[in-house]
Amino acid sequence: MSDSLFERIGGAPAVEAAVDVFYRRILADPLISHFFDDTDMDAQRSKQKAFLTMAFGGPNEYTGKDLSDAHRDLVRRGMNDSHFDAVAGHLQATLEELGVPEAETGEVMTIAGGTRDAVLCR
Amino acid sequence: MTDAAKRSRTNPTTVYFSGAPCECAPGETVLDALLRQKPDLAYSCKKGTCLSCILKADGPVPAEAQEGLSPTLAKQGFFLPCLCPPLDGMLIEPAEGKGLFADATIESADQLAAHITRIRLRPNEAFEYEAGQFINMRRDDGLTRSYSLASVPGQDDLLELHIKRLENGIMSNWAADGASVGDAVEIQGPNGSCFYLEGNAGGPLMMIGNGAGLAPLQAIARDALDRGHRGDIHLYHGSRHADGLYMRDELAELASQHANFYYHPCLSGSAVPKGCRRGRAEDVAFGDHQDLKDWHLYLCGYPPMVEAARKTAFLKGASLANILSDAFELRELRIEPRD
Repeated sequence: MSDSLFERIGGAPAVEAAVDVFYRRILADPLISHFFDDTDMDAQRSKQKAFLTMAFGGPNEYTGKDLSDAHRDLVRRGMNDSHFDAVAGHLQATLEELGVPEAETGEVMTIAGGTRDAVLCR
Repeated sequence: MTDAAKRSRTNPTTVYFSGAPCECAPGETVLDALLRQKPDLAYSCKKGTCLSCILKADGPVPAEAQEGLSPTLAKQGFFLPCLCPPLDGMLIEPAEGKGLFADATIESADQLAAHITRIRLRPNEAFEYEAGQFINMRRDDGLTRSYSLASVPGQDDLLELHIKRLENGIMSNWAADGASVGDAVEIQGPNGSCFYLEGNAGGPLMMIGNGAGLAPLQAIARDALDRGHRGDIHLYHGSRHADGLYMRDELAELASQHANFYYHPCLSGSAVPKGCRRGRAEDVAFGDHQDLKDWHLYLCGYPPMVEAARKTAFLKGASLANILSDAFELRELRIEPRD
């Protein structure tokens, strides 16, 4: 098992397959959709894609500070742990829908979970 | 705010337009800075789609200001000031030069419907495009606007535009009342990626548009049929009043010739004559079809309708990559700076 998580999970094509499923689930969830209701869906999709690439262990230049900067306005608008949990739930469901094995799913969820404090600006 | 704009936030910068210095405020794009001094500069969407604000730089240009431009244009220094963070000392000139605007002549101007003027243009040189793309038309005084092409290469000799008359629209009123056969205009293009894609000949297509948004949609439909598209093609054209449903006879005729082409004229007003569907085009379309997985959609018209329909189609299972729209906006709806 020397391959990286990103390679095992299928690399960029896996991100591409996941992004529509993930973004659609989020937009359809009334608890969180208003945080993602950017009128520019292409820009929003790019953000989801960047996030998934990071969570899949792929090449990215995210820092904790970037994540905090990107979410500060949302935290001001009331985003909290319950919303983070909802997004994490959609990520897990997306991976299941795409048939990602349990071990890899666990690794992705660990990476995503590790961003909680940065995303919530703590 | 774009990343580019963010980066420029900390450094006050001066750019030069035709030699005159222009101070750029923190976070401002080159376009917004220039507009303070030259409010007559052409622009429309302010998001890099319509290309009507295009200018030329002598020297380095930030990469993001040339995204989406053809290599030919980028190499000559053309760039989009609406996407451009100012570089200190940047030398900027109006956009003139090979490969940008080409000459064309108005061959006909007539009314398709009460508020819709049809302009037919003969380009002076060969003009290659895909049905559904758009051009920027420049009048001799420099006034520039974006219009979708309603013509189909190979089927139509001339370039055809359907121009909706807007109450305070300078170009649209000129097209209706002032433009004459033989007038010279300039055209830039073709632009945009809203056109028929080969390789999906058996898949279903849905087209939703209102008003003059019909122009590119009927062209894409005719192009698809001409190229042997076998899947169903549903065209939903919406209007509030019956007289806005122009080309009804032609489209009904097309539907009678092709078993896989369905034309749905939709009226959102109270009077709905026989043969029309009741309701807004997007509501009728999404009511007809619940699961849009594997569908390709084309959306054209009033920008808020297009955005809402895009979201609905996506939630109904269409892939975002398969939802194409004519994304330029009306300048009249976009006079405020974008954040």
